Amino acid sequence: MNGTYYISAEQMTVGYDGKPLIENISIGVRRGEILTLIGPNGSGKSTILKSMIRELRLIAGTVVLDGRDMADLRERDVAKKLAIVMTERIKGELMTCRDVAATGRYPYTGRLGILAKEDHAIVDAALETVHAKDFADRPFSAISDGQRQRILLARAIAQQPEIIVLDEPTSFLDVKHKLELLDILKTMVCRQNVAVILSLHELDLAEKVSDRVVCVAEGRIDRCDTPENIFKDDYISALYGIGTGSYNALFGSVELPAVSGEPQVFVIGGGGSGIPLYRALQRAGVPFAAGILPESDLDHPVAKALAAELYAVPAFSTPADAETENVITRMLAIGRAASTVPAFGETNAANKRLYEAAKEAEILVSADALLRGVEP
Amino acid sequence: MEEKRGSERNTANTFCERLGIGFVLLFVALIGLVFVNIIAGSTSLSLSEVFDGLTNAQSPHRVIVMDVRMVRIVPAILLGGALALSGFLLQTFFANPIAGPFILGISSGAKLVLSVTMIAFLSRGIAVNSVALIAASFVGAMLAMGFVLAISYKVRRMSMLIICGVMIGYICSAVTEFVIRFADDSNIVKLHDWAMGSFASIKWDNVIVITAVVLPALVLTFLMSKPIGAYQLGEVYARNMGVNIRMFRIALILLSGVLSACVTAFAGPISFVGVAVPHLMRRLFKTAKPIVMIPACFLGGAVFCLACDLIARTAFAPNELSISSVTAVFGAPIVILVMLRRQKEGGR
Repeated sequence: MNGTYYISAEQMTVGYDGKPLIENISIGVRRGEILTLIGPNGSGKSTILKSMIRELRLIAGTVVLDGRDMADLRERDVAKKLAIVMTERIKGELMTCRDVAATGRYPYTGRLGILAKEDHAIVDAALETVHAKDFADRPFSAISDGQRQRILLARAIAQQPEIIVLDEPTSFLDVKHKLELLDILKTMVCRQNVAVILSLHELDLAEKVSDRVVCVAEGRIDRCDTPENIFKDDYISALYGIGTGSYNALFGSVELPAVSGEPQVFVIGGGGSGIPLYRALQRAGVPFAAGILPESDLDHPVAKALAAELYAVPAFSTPADAETENVITRMLAIGRAASTVPAFGETNAANKRLYEAAKEAEILVSADALLRGVEP
Repeated sequence: MEEKRGSERNTANTFCERLGIGFVLLFVALIGLVFVNIIAGSTSLSLSEVFDGLTNAQSPHRVIVMDVRMVRIVPAILLGGALALSGFLLQTFFANPIAGPFILGISSGAKLVLSVTMIAFLSRGIAVNSVALIAASFVGAMLAMGFVLAISYKVRRMSMLIICGVMIGYICSAVTEFVIRFADDSNIVKLHDWAMGSFASIKWDNVIVITAVVLPALVLTFLMSKPIGAYQLGEVYARNMGVNIRMFRIALILLSGVLSACVTAFAGPISFVGVAVPHLMRRLFKTAKPIVMIPACFLGGAVFCLACDLIARTAFAPNELSISSVTAVFGAPIVILVMLRRQKEGGR
């Protein structure tokens, strides 16, 4: 990380109508870096972004763009450096997608805004980048929200900015286009040394795309750090106040809350094989026990989130014989077991003993049948 | 790829063709209507008489051609264009396709202050000059606009804004009626004619003032077509494109105010031209780009007003209709159409 911030907020206080919402914000982004704002709904992510692009008047502090106080810059000068993709719907009456993308050339055209040949080429290239060539000549009002979002990104690209500010750019996109959009941003950051500030709701994407993450919580900037330091189970759960269900930082995914109660089935799992069944049982509202899983096992985080009872051993270890006996006793007491393990080997010998004990006691049911929701 | 290039060029070509055809149509209509307007009237003239009257200062038809017909045609062109342009600017400003100087009560506001001023001047026996008329009208337009702006900050719903504008218009008209009741008998006739809207009482020295106000405003508006285009995408994006929003909004308000004030000062309030013409032009040119719309609205407004004035003069001759009642007959249905279309689009 070298160089100074390309755009930074210094002791910025933001809010509406002079009422401060978040005080004393100091964040910044360098060129070639993606800064992501995450945080619960209504925490003020958009307010921060709108303040940084001067849509909202700052209550205190300054925003510095390329070494100069933005308050002293003329709109025209800012326009050549900073492009935006905001959530405001634009009408684009009687405009084609190409027309909308071409508005990005505004700061570069003459008095009457007539596009030169180079401008057309740049707009074409921008449309190409967002894979919008196919519908470029269709009316802007006739395309889907996702396509519109891509056209707005093309507009920002055509502006040839040094920084792009995006407010929840992935909101209307399907998974394919989400990945595409973030990939385009990443490419611009790496190849053209652009700086990017964006707000995201998808934590999994934020974790992967961001160089640094700003966590906005009620009325304050809670943390600003690398994704590795931000995306920890406990922290994210606390930031979003997740009471029901849980967040898994490793997978970047969420789980619904576990079904509590007396387990009705014991799931012998491991190596990721148990996850579909855990989730199926959770959906069906069946409390279950899971085991025996080393903490390093792929199944472990999900089982921990979903199982009513979990039998685990430390990472990369196997249970002692006595412990295995205890689990078998418990399994027989539950009176029903299912195994998802495709093959037993050296490290899951204990689970093999569980499996055989269940078979011997004739309490083994088919995992497939459970998955299909058919009561065996 | 080659094919694609071709199709792009095609869309560009059809667009240019449409522009060409559209403007030729407007010009032909304009010139045609000018001639029909010169010819038609209580004394019909032949074409040769018209040419004689236009070119020869000593012609026996000079008075009819120039001082009866042309003195009405030229302001109809200029003021019609001004009204349509003012409507287009207001529609852009409020991002509302049915905004216009009449609907938003701006014309009525101008009328009110103008009536008060005229009565005050005339009752003291002072003749009112053109500049004073425009100034009074402009003050009234700005007052009404101020109310509409104040309301527009409170209500975001477009229909509410329009309703408030119509209400402001009614209040202003009611107060104007009230003021006219208190005027001397001698003033009433003149005031009443004007308050209904007419091109009849305009003199050549008024026309000079009108030209001096409307044409510079047209040029200034045209020079603003780039930021107007940016503003059509919304304030947020316009600012990001480098538009100084504050200055831009002030300029837009002043320009649309001057244009509609000028119309009201000389022809009284004329309804629906400001809404109907920009809409027709959008349909004709299939674009909302200001660089096309500004000249198109001006020409379209001129054509529309010339046609309506022709009907107003000749339909029930020798009685004259007020221009506003004719423009309303043609303009109001278009406004209703626009609203229906919006409703349909909103539901989609």
